[in-house]
Amino acid sequence: MKLYNRGMVIAGIVAFLIAATFPLWYGRGKAVPPPDLKLDTPALERLKEKRCIESTTYMRASHMKLLAAWRDDVVREGKRTYTAADGRIHQISLTGTCLNCHSNKDKFCDRCHDYSGAKPACWSCHIIPEEVR
Amino acid sequence: MAPTRREFLKIAGFSAVGLALPFLPSLAFDQAGTPTAGSSSPAVQGPLPALKAKRWAMTVEPRKCRPDCTDCIAACHLEHNVPDFRNPKDDIHWISLEKVEHVFPAETHPRLPESITKLPVPVLCNHCENPPCVRVCPTQATFKRADGIVMMDYHRCIGCRFCMAACPYGSRSMNWRDPRPFVRKINPAFPTRTKGVVEKCNFCEERLARGILPACVIACKDKALAFGDQEDPRSDVRLILDKCLSLRRRPELGTGPRVYYIL
Repeated sequence: MKLYNRGMVIAGIVAFLIAATFPLWYGRGKAVPPPDLKLDTPALERLKEKRCIESTTYMRASHMKLLAAWRDDVVREGKRTYTAADGRIHQISLTGTCLNCHSNKDKFCDRCHDYSGAKPACWSCHIIPEEVR
Repeated sequence: MAPTRREFLKIAGFSAVGLALPFLPSLAFDQAGTPTAGSSSPAVQGPLPALKAKRWAMTVEPRKCRPDCTDCIAACHLEHNVPDFRNPKDDIHWISLEKVEHVFPAETHPRLPESITKLPVPVLCNHCENPPCVRVCPTQATFKRADGIVMMDYHRCIGCRFCMAACPYGSRSMNWRDPRPFVRKINPAFPTRTKGVVEKCNFCEERLARGILPACVIACKDKALAFGDQEDPRSDVRLILDKCLSLRRRPELGTGPRVYYIL
């Protein structure tokens, strides 16, 4: 069997393999630092006990599920308050409740979403109060 | 039978005592002692309790409208971040003014006086009893609530515009472009829409939940718009409907509109 343009073909295969495996060997041994989330907004500083509506573990793992449930509660059921596990009652509002404390969206929400490659579509409609002012 | 003066004074006295009771110190202390878990604080609920109804309805009296007044439109569009694309082709409206001949084509004839034909008629979503937009929506983004409000879930809308084809009143508008840059002044309390989403009047359900009447009704200084529960004989809407002839747009279609016009 004769291989035409042997040099070009082999160089091409080598170049392809290098490019395809680039992510595997480039980041090897290096740890990308986890995102540095800031909790130093004025509203959070004023709180006696820094607690989100649910426990930090739950919020970190499942805030997206909670927000999806909130969305359906408000829009489809007309239910506008949320009773947390500890009995506290919160107004269901992304702009009004979440961003009231986490007013630093770029240093809180975005840092982690960028790190994990999540692209939530919330902000195409929901308003970031900082941007409006 | 009307109460006698004596009976009336008795009732008034008891009512005054009843109103004063919660403010007495001893009773107020009792209430503070009871556990409040599960009850909401005023800050969470807002200052007013939510307005509730069996069937929300609106009456429109275009004869009361001042010429060239657009207060209802301005208030609604400011409240709901409705964009202005400055182009009639892309126009987005939740409430707008129309000519009588367009609103009531079957009732118009050449002998109508000018005082009628020249009236500006506010038109908005009729929140139909049998809404065709809800029937055709493939994703159930449009749905009818228990209180009759035909709502849109913008999260679910895929922009197919079946609802726009189905609505006989032209109450729906499509966002052909990202509307955010075209909103004159953004109201942070209400979301904007996004490109590829249909929008329409929601009878201010977000205000009703806070105990406030719709923005257009509040904005109208001439009281041309009234809002209330059409099942409640004492509501503003029924007080108007019960005393004169009212029209609905294209009733022959069987959609059962709940915006009533008094011309």
